[in-house]
Amino acid sequence: MNGPTTRIGVPKIRIRGLSKSFGPKRVLDGIDLDVHPGTSTVVIGGSGSGKSVLLRCILGLIEPDAGTIEIDGVDVLAQGRRDQEATRERIGMLFQNGALFDSLPVWENVAFGLLARRKGRRMSRTAARQRAGQVLTQVGLDPSVGNLQPSELSGGMQKRVGLARAIAAQPEILFFDEPTTGLDPIMGAVIDGLIVDCVKRLGSTALAITHDMASATRIGDRAAMLYQGRLVWQGEAASLLHSGNPLVDQFTHGRREGPIGMELRR
Amino acid sequence: MTDPEVAEADRPTLAVRAAAPVSALGRLVLDTVGGAGRLALFALNGLSHLLRPPFYWRNFLSAFFEFAFYSLPVVALTAIFSGMVIALQSYTGFSRFNAQSAIADIVVLSVVRELGPVLAGLMVAGRVGAAMAAEIGTMRVTDQVDALGTLSTNPMKYLVAPRLLAGLLALPLLVVVADILGVMGGFIVSVVKLGFSPAAYVANTFSFVQPMDVIVGLAKAGAFGFLIALMGCYNGYHSRGGAQGVGASTTSAVVAASILILCFDYVLTEMFFSR
Ligand SMILES: Nc1ncnc2c1ncn2[C@@H]1O[C@H](COP(=O)(O)OP(=O)(O)O)[C@@H](O)[C@H]1O
Ligand SMILES: [Mg+2]
Repeated sequence: MNGPTTRIGVPKIRIRGLSKSFGPKRVLDGIDLDVHPGTSTVVIGGSGSGKSVLLRCILGLIEPDAGTIEIDGVDVLAQGRRDQEATRERIGMLFQNGALFDSLPVWENVAFGLLARRKGRRMSRTAARQRAGQVLTQVGLDPSVGNLQPSELSGGMQKRVGLARAIAAQPEILFFDEPTTGLDPIMGAVIDGLIVDCVKRLGSTALAITHDMASATRIGDRAAMLYQGRLVWQGEAASLLHSGNPLVDQFTHGRREGPIGMELRR
Repeated sequence: MTDPEVAEADRPTLAVRAAAPVSALGRLVLDTVGGAGRLALFALNGLSHLLRPPFYWRNFLSAFFEFAFYSLPVVALTAIFSGMVIALQSYTGFSRFNAQSAIADIVVLSVVRELGPVLAGLMVAGRVGAAMAAEIGTMRVTDQVDALGTLSTNPMKYLVAPRLLAGLLALPLLVVVADILGVMGGFIVSVVKLGFSPAAYVANTFSFVQPMDVIVGLAKAGAFGFLIALMGCYNGYHSRGGAQGVGASTTSAVVAASILILCFDYVLTEMFFSR
């Protein structure tokens, strides 16, 4: 088992002892994780293992019971409301099912964060619309898609629009919640490619969660496995398939027999 | 709790059995008080966002139109028919006492004080309150509410505050229309069917109704509109668990708003009209 890596420099995201229970259910049980600037980390784990809860805690959407979360060395849980909002503006998030605003056309979805900023940094609607067109091109969509409603898009297109919305404000940090779930393998590979491109182009730090092994090795530099509320393994993403850890081995190779019992599937 | 006649051995079970409804009642009271507290905090939180910029005009206007414009036909029909039926009912009652001239009085007071605000409130609760709960609930269970939070937008400010204000302002407007149409319904029945003189009916109507009646009726409407929006937003905002959860919160929004409208109607009537 590898501990948190010791590298030179302050980690972009530093998590220590993060715990969260819902009622009697301990979903996160002392998570320690470092994500270094300009790198991508994937967290793998079964359905319901708490991967989304982990991202939500960092985003401030869920308040953890214990632990610290630092971004650039600043404890975000101790911040006031204003500072927390400012921190959140530095993070872009691609939600599991896209979470596009279905009452708004695609371009307004993409430009939402640009239009919502505080006075002074807010974009005009014309400028935001133009910018939305550019970002749509970056994710491989024609700018005319901006005039459609989200309900008119296929699953793959919705993922692309979700990605466009996440990167529109050029955030320093990007979160991806199961970016390839629900897509066919080819579209999954396309989305992974776009994610890698975007992260590279922006020079962002990325944290992705997934249970898709192909996706994990494509997106991640580093990888970690979440099991029963703990990170039971951390290492290079390239070594996921031959980690030597029995839990990771069973998971990555999809074996029914092994230390992971069926209670994981509940 | 225990009955002295009961044998010693039976006492504990009886006591427990007797206490069961009491503890259930206690739980219900605690849940209700806790729920009311959470609801009040939610309302205050929503209102406080009206005082701090930015204000989302587009969301306010679309909620306002949803309330005022799209509910107009059903409220108008309800109001006309209620005015008509009151005229008819009070005629059959009052003709026994030769007091038919009181019909205009009865119609205008019951419409302006009670039926306008209450019926419009109930109709709008079923229409707009349900739609609000379903819309916000769907946004909640599809993570759109959380997505707002990651895009520099406070969901209470963006979704809730404009709707609360829209409810507060739109329902009185709707009730003005309901009042006029309700009185008109009474007028039609009285003149066409019961053979009253149109001029006398109108004169009677205006001589009976006081400004205070209209003002309190409209204040009631404002309160009801606020309650409808509040229950729609609150239930939608706390939706859980997919389509079924959204369905459940839609139902709760309508039921809770309807009950609250009737309760508050009594309270406000007690406060303003009974002296
Ligand atoms: N807001 C919540 N309230 C109660 N339980 C929750 C909440 N969010 C998540 N959970 C529970 O936490 C567990 C982990 O959920 P999640 O992080 O969404 O899993 P996944 O790893 O599939 O993303 C699940 O069992 C879920 O039921
Ligand atoms: Mg998840």
